[in-house]
Parts: sequence; structure tokens; C-alpha cells
Amino acid sequence: MSESSRPGAGAEPGAAPRPGEVSAAVADAHRCEWAFVLAATARVAGDLDLAEECVQDAYAAALTAWTRGGVPRSPGAWLTTAARRRAIDALRRDRVLRAKLPLLIEPEAPVAASAPPVAGQPEGDEDEVIPDDRLRLIFTCCHPALAREAQVALTLRLVCGLTTPEIAQAFLVSEPTMAARVTRAKKKISAARIAYRVPPPAELPDRLDAVLTVVHLLYTTGHTAPGGENLVRSDLVDRAMGLARMLRTLMPDEREVAGLLALILLTDARRATRADAQGRLLLLDEQDRSRWDRAVISEGTALVPWALRGGRPGRFALQAAIAALHAEAPSYARTDWPQIVALYDALLRVWSSPVVALNRAVAVAMAEGPAAGLAQIGELESDGRLDAYRYLPAAKADLLRRLGRWDAAAQAYRAALALTDNAAEREFLTRRLAEVTEAPT
Amino acid sequence: MAEYMILIFEDESSYATATPDVLQQVMEAHNRFAEQVAEKGGKVVEGRALQPTSTATTIRGDVVTDGPFIETKEAIGGYYLVEARDLDHALEIGKLCPARFGGVEVRPIMVFG
Repeated sequence: MSESSRPGAGAEPGAAPRPGEVSAAVADAHRCEWAFVLAATARVAGDLDLAEECVQDAYAAALTAWTRGGVPRSPGAWLTTAARRRAIDALRRDRVLRAKLPLLIEPEAPVAASAPPVAGQPEGDEDEVIPDDRLRLIFTCCHPALAREAQVALTLRLVCGLTTPEIAQAFLVSEPTMAARVTRAKKKISAARIAYRVPPPAELPDRLDAVLTVVHLLYTTGHTAPGGENLVRSDLVDRAMGLARMLRTLMPDEREVAGLLALILLTDARRATRADAQGRLLLLDEQDRSRWDRAVISEGTALVPWALRGGRPGRFALQAAIAALHAEAPSYARTDWPQIVALYDALLRVWSSPVVALNRAVAVAMAEGPAAGLAQIGELESDGRLDAYRYLPAAKADLLRRLGRWDAAAQAYRAALALTDNAAEREFLTRRLAEVTEAPT
Repeated sequence: MAEYMILIFEDESSYATATPDVLQQVMEAHNRFAEQVAEKGGKVVEGRALQPTSTATTIRGDVVTDGPFIETKEAIGGYYLVEARDLDHALEIGKLCPARFGGVEVRPIMVFG
């Protein structure tokens, strides 16, 4: 939790906060502390809707209280205490409501009944030890009994504190659709009694994989927005990065968590160079490597050896290792392509995905020549699983172009164009299509 | 503890063509199931097998017709009503439920009042 330089718990007589300071502090606490506050409140409330309501109330109350008494030393603790008190009050006020509430299951101890915060001003309770329940929250949001799209929506809403309209906008669906998705998922959590807990060790690998998949999906959705004008939707990228960092802090011994964070860092280090000044998409071989963020690359690369060590590496560690090789290469041509092909082989063994096979084919084309890569893409085409995947015809077109097979390349570029709505990608493909159709035959 | 219904969806034709040996194995698996549930800390409240869908009669409004409500390859062939602590526990139990020609669906029982 962030701490201001104030020595006391907050109330500092005579020192009225500067205008804007309080709203900035509240906004900051919303971004940094939401998950912690909601996770701790959910345990007391026993119900996600009630918990959300109480946390929202606490943030609203903070604006007034902090303007009057100053920003507390630990805003997260202040907010948590305030939100938990509201939850307990609501449950006390309405015994009937409490009896009817579809309680979140908390098998170890009935927490709602144990250790209620001491009455008084929230500022006075800061020494109370509040359990960090953020892992419970994210594992509940990403429970396999929920559909992937519901896991994604719940994670953004409950862990990141985004509003339903914000989530709807990020995923290009209507607000009522997203609202229904969130409501349905929350109802299933309570009706089917999805437990509010971190899974036991035996289930952890599978369950963690679901969490990491959701975070990675958020990143890739933000990184290459499926439609619209901007190639990168930076808010989603930042949220995914924040979640990956949070998981790394909370689960320091999990290699795949380190792998995911490394993958996101190493990919994101290239963010500034993915499009030119006109917003045109630039491929890896066209990007200005001197503008890659070396500090971010170092941070990501440092995680890779550890993520790969000790038993069979997972899919995120292997993807991070591939990204690290790209990040460290002096140029596209002078990249260690044979090593990248070997890493893709290892990746295919733990994650048999046609998308991985396509990426491997591109690496093979670099290591052994375009014809070798093209042969592998041909196999993937007959497989059929990538029929709607725009990067298959795009990759094929590129290899055909490099072989000087202009007509076939043009055909493949048109096929790729038919599959993408992203403006930057369309611009890129149109440009390449013009190159090959104007090329001398 | 909460109650969950485990609905067993299976391909009926596989039962029709199964050898006596296979049917025997299925019977034994179901007999074992109740014990396994108890070992997991749950409880089988009730469990029944149904006659095949060829014996079903459907009523819509006042119209009575021969056959199941919905014609599907895999149909409900039986059910268990179980008690479990939470969904994870119910799913753990559901995974033990014999359904070699299909799968099971786990549904929480609605509680009123």
C-alpha cells in the first residue's frame, strides 16, 4: 500500500489538503487498492453485490472525510475498515436479509461472525491486521465453472474495479450485454456456491492456469484491439500488467506467474515502436529497436531463467523466453532463429495450439528459408482450425512475397483483409497488397 | 452443506449394445459411488436410474405425444441428489459419478425462503 509522508493516522489539524490532492488520492487508491479493499470486504459481507456496494460507499465517503481530516497514512486500510463496517452494519440492520443472503462459502471459519472491526472512526482502526484476500477474489472470478468471457468481465469488475460501461467498451459489446454477463456470473457464484478461497495444492496448477489465461487475454485484447482505430488499448494493457505484478507479489514461488509477467513486460517494451507516427502497424523487422524500452526488457529478461528452471517449463515461461530472444537480438535477421524454433517445439509439447504452430512456421521460415515455412503453413491450412484466424493468410502472404510469388501473395493478403476489422492492421495489409500487385511480374 | 443434483447424460444406444460384462461393470461402479461420496465427506440423498427415452411420454399443454421432450443423442438416464459443502466439493463428487457413455451435469438445488 502506498504511504504518504504524514506521520499520524491522518487527521492533521490546520493542514487542509490542497485542492485536487484529495480527489487524486482517492483516484490513486481506487487504482491501487480496489482489489484489496473489495477482497477483504467480501469475506465479511459474504456476498459480492453487498461488498461492492459497501466499497463504493467507502470510496465516496473518503472524498469527504479526507478533505476534512487529511489523507490517511494508509488509504487502503482506511477504506477497508470503512467498507467492512458498512457491510457489518448492513447485515446487523437486516437480520432477514442476512438469513436470506446466498453467502459466499468460506470453509475455514465463519468470518462474518468473527472479529468485527472495533466501533469508532475508520482512522482509528488502522492497526487492525486485515487479511490479504486478493488471491481468493481472483481465483473466485476465474473459477472454471464460469465461462471465459464471464471470468474476464468479473476480473475487470471486481479485481480491477472497472465499471460495467468501461468493460463493455473495452470488449466492444453493448452495456446491457455486459451487465447481463456480470449479473449472471455473480448469480452463479452465489447459487452454485462457488467457494471464496484459494484452491488446494492439488488443484492449483489448473486453476492458476485459468487465472493467468484471463490476465494474458486482457493483455492481448488491449495490445491488439480487435477493432477500432487504435492498435493498443492502453487501459487494458495497464490493467493486465498490474494484475500480473500483483500475482507475482502474492505468489512469488509460482514459475508460470513469473513467466506471464516476463512475457507481458517483454512484449510491452516494444509498445512505442509497433506503429509509426501515422499509426501504421510496423512488424518486428521494421521496428526501431533503439526505441525499445531497455529498462522494461531487463526487468522481463531477468525473470526468464527462473521461470524456465526446475522441471518442465510452462507455456508462459516458454513464450517469455522467445520474447526475450527477440528483445535481445540486434536485428530481425540476426535473431537466434534456430533457438526460437527449439523453444516453439518445447511450447508445442506443453500447449498444442495451431496458433503456436503458425508462429513456429514463421520462425522456421527465418531459420531455414521461406519455402520451409510455407510448407508448414500449408499443413496448418489443411488442418482447418485456423480458418478464421487472420494471421494465417497474413503470414502466408508475407512468405509468398519474399519468394516473389506475387499473384499468390496478393490472394493471401486479400484473404487476410477479409478477416480483420482493426484499422491499423487493415492499413498495413492494404499497403502490402499494393506492393505485390504493382510488383514487376 | 448444500444440495446438488447430478444429472447423468449418456448415449442410450451404447447401453442397448453393451455386453452383459460392461453392464455388470456399470452396476458395480454405481454401487461403489455411494461409498466414495461418503469417503469424500459428502452424502447421496437419493439416486435413481430412468427407463430409456423410448418409454417417455411428453405433454405440452393438453397434447400428449410419444417420445422425450427434446430429441438428443445423449439423454438423462438417471440422477443423484447429493449433499456437498460447495461447488468444488460437488464437482469432486460429480467426477466420481459413473457415466462411461456420456457425462454429468451438476446443478445446485434452489432454496426458497
